Amino acid sequence: MPIKPAPDFSWIKPDPHGIFVEPCNAWIDPSKPVETALVTHGHADHARGGHGAVFATRETLAIMDLRYGGAGRDVMIPMREPVDIGGGVTATYFPAGHVLGSAQILLEHAGERVVVTGDYKRRPDPTCEPFEVVPCDIFITEATFGLPVFKHPPIAGEMRKLLDAREQRPEGCVAVGAYALGKAQRVICELRRAGYDEPIYLHGALEKMCALYEELGVPLGELRSATGIKKDELKGQIVLCPPSALNDRWSRRLPDPVTAMASGWMRVRQRARQRNVELPLVISDHCDWDELTQTITEVDPAETWVTHGREEALLRWCQLNQRRARALAMVGYEDEDD
Amino acid sequence: MRAFATLVDRLTYTRSRNAKLDLIADYLRTTPDPDRGWALAALTGALDFPAVKSSTIRNLLTERVDPVLYTLSRDYVGDTAETASLLWPAPEGEDPSDEPSLSEVVDLLRAMTRSTVLTELPKLLDRLDANGRYALLKFATGAMRIGVSARLARVAFAQAFDVSVDEVEEYWHGVEPPYPTLFAWAAEGAPPPRTDLVPLFRPFMLAHPLDETVVSMDDYAAEWKWDGIRVQLVHINGETRVYSRSGDDISATFPEMAEALDFPAVLDGELLVRGSHQGGEEGGAASFNALQQRLGRKTVSKKMLREAPAFVRLYDVMIRDGEDLRELGWAERREHLELLMDRLDPKRFDLSRLIEADSFEDLATIREGARDDAIEGVMLKRRDSPYIAGRKVGLWYKWKRDPLLIDCVLMYAQRGSGKRSSFYSDFTFGCWDGDPDKGADLLPVGKAYFGFTDDELKWLDRHVRQNTVNRFGPVRETDKSLVLEIAFDSVHESKRHKSGLAMRFPRINRIRQDKPAHEADRIAALKALVRD
Repeated sequence: MPIKPAPDFSWIKPDPHGIFVEPCNAWIDPSKPVETALVTHGHADHARGGHGAVFATRETLAIMDLRYGGAGRDVMIPMREPVDIGGGVTATYFPAGHVLGSAQILLEHAGERVVVTGDYKRRPDPTCEPFEVVPCDIFITEATFGLPVFKHPPIAGEMRKLLDAREQRPEGCVAVGAYALGKAQRVICELRRAGYDEPIYLHGALEKMCALYEELGVPLGELRSATGIKKDELKGQIVLCPPSALNDRWSRRLPDPVTAMASGWMRVRQRARQRNVELPLVISDHCDWDELTQTITEVDPAETWVTHGREEALLRWCQLNQRRARALAMVGYEDEDD
Repeated sequence: MRAFATLVDRLTYTRSRNAKLDLIADYLRTTPDPDRGWALAALTGALDFPAVKSSTIRNLLTERVDPVLYTLSRDYVGDTAETASLLWPAPEGEDPSDEPSLSEVVDLLRAMTRSTVLTELPKLLDRLDANGRYALLKFATGAMRIGVSARLARVAFAQAFDVSVDEVEEYWHGVEPPYPTLFAWAAEGAPPPRTDLVPLFRPFMLAHPLDETVVSMDDYAAEWKWDGIRVQLVHINGETRVYSRSGDDISATFPEMAEALDFPAVLDGELLVRGSHQGGEEGGAASFNALQQRLGRKTVSKKMLREAPAFVRLYDVMIRDGEDLRELGWAERREHLELLMDRLDPKRFDLSRLIEADSFEDLATIREGARDDAIEGVMLKRRDSPYIAGRKVGLWYKWKRDPLLIDCVLMYAQRGSGKRSSFYSDFTFGCWDGDPDKGADLLPVGKAYFGFTDDELKWLDRHVRQNTVNRFGPVRETDKSLVLEIAFDSVHESKRHKSGLAMRFPRINRIRQDKPAHEADRIAALKALVRD
């Protein structure tokens, strides 16, 4: 297959602080305060406070409001509706399947099409709309799990492991470390889908976000606060907390906990051991290797740009598959707790 | 294979010793022969399949996966077997019923040669899932590294079938994988494995710390406690083995000792290297540091045998000319031992000298006056004590020399594991490399994670959290304001540490909140305590 000719997209400029869209003076997921920010989703490394105007989906704006108490002038962008953002640039948001409200952004200018994915996954997720393949010339993708060792197993098996661990410990509890936005709610929904309808206990840092999800139409079943209750009440229960709380003083209140963590990194034993995890649950809100390469094949862009993650391996794959690709040196995108 | 893979997987993530014991014991109880025997062999490191090397696995992978992607993956994962288990391209139409049993795996691995392994090992990998592949590759390369020692596996075996671990240790060196006679004895009540034909390890008799106890010298004999490693020499059927305290066969590490005993006997003593640091010319033993150069080697060079020759200072005799003396009292055994010395090569053996003391106070004075810092202390043995495996109260005591003390400054702390996983409980401390009032720096001199009470740990944890100036992953750097009194047994020159010094058994003796950091000790003070 011949390599397609390189397009000359001088209007879109990758910068260490985000993707800069020059004709309309707007930034995508900037890591510094800017006049106009197009935000793909609510995770703190993509959605920061202090901007002039924020263009995002309804759910992302609600999440940012909760986190920053109003991040700037909100401009709500409906899914799949092209919006003129000035300078001859049209932006259209499509679902990215990452967390509630997450979007990829299609930018069109002078007949040229660029898609910025933000973070995304291809697996079904009961808390958000699934990723859609959007044809484009330049595909700007993440590569958090961009190594062929990463293959996320079906989530049903991971839920089974979690429920088995709970059953084996009537006198203890299972403490699940899960990122506060997205992962926690997905784990709760999947537990419900697996038929678990006991109350689920939450660390204080998860309570507001779970309440917001429910408000935005994602039912989570009965949730209880794990703060300020008797140790005995937590026996035989599942408790969700941010990953950082697992090995910290907070966990001393739990009765004989098994330490579980829901993260794509749990696929690698050493990563799990480093974090003192006893029950690794391989659950990720990002693409695994096969999904990344499958997505590039389906989108079939003229050129692929890789924003963050393990870009070296993905570039190598593109090279082996006769695809033009480059890495963007982006700063401030984190992947530790996914 | 699935049950074994699950066991390996769960052991990987389990930190508590008791939980590990339960997992292994449960597996051994519920798995049929001979699979459980092979698993026990794997856990105790008794298996070796010479055809399968780490390089074999790498070659197999780079034939199937782009070498650049393999290298990137291997660098990230940090373990060849795990990388391979994750990267292995699963064949179409997996058939879980085709999964091999552990004994089938053993038969296939044994049949592989350097020339067939590249075609045969892939067939086996194709029949397993990622967990199974990981367990298989760890099993085949003989490097499990899942935090289970051979001893722990044997304790789990004893626990599984409710038999005495001392008996398991005693039979262990007389049986071969997959240990059918051992399982028949423990699980089905068959007679124990024969022990009369092989040089078996017998569990050691051990001592309690003396603490505040006072004994009468009429009832107890005293010996110096030499700072080497406790060994047992066993000769039977023309073969001699040297065993360490944990029952590991270290004959290959000390071939001169394995050659030195040539009649049927079991002897107990301290393995030392010739020198004059312990007890001067008369003591005749080099420091522990000199011995350490020889530990852990599978082969020994001629140069090493010449420059650091080993010998054993005998404490006791358990069996002589096939006669078991363990029921006799210590004084009688001692007479037998003294008579034995004529039959032993004086280059390789000498007798642990008794300390002549009229009274306990007299002994205390002698102990205090021992000029030699390298001697660890004094042993007290009840004159009528039989040789009994383990630690029995009242028979043998160790009366260690008082530890050395030095004041250090807390520099870094790291969170512990298991029960201590939420506490900063691993402490790195340092001494000044000069005058702290003239701009000297602290250099780390050691690390300690015990010696404190639970309350002190809570206090230290809070101190670390409130006085953190930097974080490096799991490590916190503190403001270096806290002085810790560190107790340790000895200190040696070491090229591995920036300070050039390494302590033995450092522990936190006291928290010195009363002492300002600049009054902590200097490196020079610690260096002055080096005795080799």
